[in-house]
Amino acid sequence: MSAHAYKKKNPVWDWLTTVDHKKIGILYLASGAFFFLLGGIEAILLRVQLLYPEFDFVGAETFNQLLTMHGTTMIFLAAMPLIFGFMNAIVPLQIGARDVAFPFVNSLGFWLFTAGGILLNLGWFLGGAPDAGWTGYAPLSTTSPGNGVDFYVLGLQISGIGTLIGGINFLVTIINMRAPGMTFMRMPLFTWSSFITSGLILFAFPALTIGLALLMFDRLFGSQFFAAEAGGNPIIYEHLFWIFGHPEVYILVLPAFGMFSEIIATFARKRLFGYSAMVFATALIGFLGFMVWVHHMFTVGLGPIANSIFAVATMLIAVPTGVKIFNWLFTMWGGKVSFPTANLFAVGFIPSFVLGGMTGVMLSVPPADYQYHDSYFVVAHFHYVIVGGVVFGLFAGMYYWWPKIFGTVLNEFLGKLHFWLFFIGFHLTFFPMHFLGLMGMPRRVYTYLSGQSLDEANFAATMGAFLMGLATIIMVWNIIQTSVKGKKAGNDPWDGRTLEWAISSPAPEYNFAQTPLVRGLDAWWLEKRAGNKQMVAAEPLDDIHMPDSSILPVLLSLGLFTAALSAIYSNWVLAIGGLALAALSMILRSVIDYHGYHIHKEDLPAEGREGK
Amino acid sequence: MKSNEAMTKLPANPERATLDGKNKFLGFWFFLGGETVLFASLFGVYLGLRNATNGGVTSNELFELPLVFIATMLLLTSSLTSVFATMALKTNHFKRMIGWFVVTGLLGLGFLGLEIYEFNHYVHEYGHTIKSSAWGSAFYTLVGTHGAHVFMGISWITLLIIRNLRRGMDLYTAPKFYLFALYWHFIDVVWIFIFTVVYLMGKVG
Ligand code: HEM
Ligand SMILES: [Cu+2]
Repeated sequence: MSAHAYKKKNPVWDWLTTVDHKKIGILYLASGAFFFLLGGIEAILLRVQLLYPEFDFVGAETFNQLLTMHGTTMIFLAAMPLIFGFMNAIVPLQIGARDVAFPFVNSLGFWLFTAGGILLNLGWFLGGAPDAGWTGYAPLSTTSPGNGVDFYVLGLQISGIGTLIGGINFLVTIINMRAPGMTFMRMPLFTWSSFITSGLILFAFPALTIGLALLMFDRLFGSQFFAAEAGGNPIIYEHLFWIFGHPEVYILVLPAFGMFSEIIATFARKRLFGYSAMVFATALIGFLGFMVWVHHMFTVGLGPIANSIFAVATMLIAVPTGVKIFNWLFTMWGGKVSFPTANLFAVGFIPSFVLGGMTGVMLSVPPADYQYHDSYFVVAHFHYVIVGGVVFGLFAGMYYWWPKIFGTVLNEFLGKLHFWLFFIGFHLTFFPMHFLGLMGMPRRVYTYLSGQSLDEANFAATMGAFLMGLATIIMVWNIIQTSVKGKKAGNDPWDGRTLEWAISSPAPEYNFAQTPLVRGLDAWWLEKRAGNKQMVAAEPLDDIHMPDSSILPVLLSLGLFTAALSAIYSNWVLAIGGLALAALSMILRSVIDYHGYHIHKEDLPAEGREGK
Repeated sequence: MKSNEAMTKLPANPERATLDGKNKFLGFWFFLGGETVLFASLFGVYLGLRNATNGGVTSNELFELPLVFIATMLLLTSSLTSVFATMALKTNHFKRMIGWFVVTGLLGLGFLGLEIYEFNHYVHEYGHTIKSSAWGSAFYTLVGTHGAHVFMGISWITLLIIRNLRRGMDLYTAPKFYLFALYWHFIDVVWIFIFTVVYLMGKVG
């Protein structure tokens, strides 16, 4: 079996079949980046349509499609995979693991996500994209003509399954694969937040699965779940969607919180202030996140008691969130703070996110929400938390971990330019939207009338969007330049604190030649203070077991993709064929024995070996 | 097949004796956690729509408890037989385990047959379909999703038995069988809720 390791692999085949979490991480990052650019272009087109009152740029129909696809793409196809990309690339390294618990499942998760993402976007080429909003509320979605919403329903379903199994993989990895000494309360905060996010994924995504399945039944098989005229009840869909949807916003933002915690501590050259409070606050946010979904439905008419209970629960979330904000501030307090791009994004996040949190608390007051609901005020709120929180986090994480993932350092000058243009553009776009909302501009409407004092703020918002677009182009330029001739990074370019910085950049296939022994929080920092050049090994040097790569995840995803696409066009023969391919792949996975192979200790580079 | 002597050398919990087994064990429990939310959502939907008969047949007129009772007994018994199989697994009696799993699968098949008969009966005798009312949609989706799980389970154990019949028990095969047993119990628990919420409450509530 071991000859396997030295066979020269065809690179395309290698990427299709890889089960290495670091490569899967890169795949997630690449496809997430692609969809991020796509969603960004959609956003710019939306903003151009809203540049002037009664402007005719894309028109109402295309506007609805762009709006739906922008939201869906950014949440499900950009933010989620980018987060999974960082989790894959970094979490196993941070806990001193050689691998994830389920390498095969991990790769299947990625390919399902990709198949779903492609399916979702096919609507553009096949007679119209989904147009019922990223929330897909019935009966708008069940009665929307054409096939657009079918692409939404089935594309999200497939990518959602991928996300779910990815979440299970990280839960088990973090519980079972930690290196000796890496107790739960020594785990870096990014690992902690990935852990809690994975738990949220596990318990939130099945509700979406059901919501989408029922939508599909109503659309494709004539069931009556949401058809009020036949006794159905569209409010049920809203419940299902938000039981998933609110936890989803924390699924997105908690990993970003984790990144900020690492980055702020590293560049303050101080241990994170209030580590255990941070862990507790993260867990509490995750828990409360399941108790507040009705705040998206205050105006539905569930009654004052339901509204009040959910209002109080919603306000409660601001408490652990506030704890985190203060802990970040106190981490910087008295530290030797430096501001490379990663830290600029981290520090820029704090005031931006606080604004979003404040409007959140305003929205959580039901009588006031009757005014704000479905207005631009809500659009301002969630962009402040999602862009100011999640996107800033992803950018910060990118500048911070790029060296570890790719072995080169992103250009700092271009990085800072990226930050400032994006930061200014972001506030220029979304700050005026608060006032647009308060003045009564409804969200999701393709135009507005002049003479209602909406012109200036809309104009400013579009200019801000252009600035963010420019910033993104600079970022892409930076990435291209760095990939072509980037400066080589050392193992530990930022003088980091956590385990991933103790190994080479990029990390070798097997991560750690010898599993490290963890002797405290900020394990690598401790060893450096103690004068050690490497982590102390927890085991003697030995052969390293590696998992077998496999093409089955691609085949299985292809099968489901084919089945879904055929079902949309009622081609049941082909649909069954697709399902059969998926089933066959599963059967093959079950009956073939995958024993993996070994990398022999004699073949490990001397440099990778730790304390002999 | 290995001699009995060699076989008794397996550790106490062979399904969790390797890292791989531990991972699968924990991962599968998490998976069942997700499945719980999945079915909880379906139960919620069902409870919201169980009186939305759209002027058609009602649950009280439709359900015949004797049939459902037999189905329930079949499934409950199959859960018991899968416990016997797990006990055989833990005490390292491979053939006995296979035997009990075969019985489990057959009982599951019997349950599935009754369910298909039941659905067919409702559709053709009463015109109760997924389209006839919101209640019909909810009924077939909840009970049908459970039925699909039973079908998955039967296919799974069939595959496991065929693949591993000649291999016997070791630390590699034990987790595979053990996980199936977990899954099967889960399906059984869900059915108990369906029996209560759908059928009993449909008759009296
Ligand atoms: C202090 C914490 C927060 C509170 C109190 C809060 C409260 C609310 C409320 C009450 C709404 C409903 C407004 C309406 O539709 O009328 C809302 C909408 C929303 N929030 Fe928050 N929120 C908070 C934090 C966050 C975070 C951290 C995120 C994401 C990372 C987020 C994302 C969203 C999104 C996406 C929507 C709009 C969904 C839609 O209708 O399309 N929120 N928030
Ligand atoms: Cu919410």
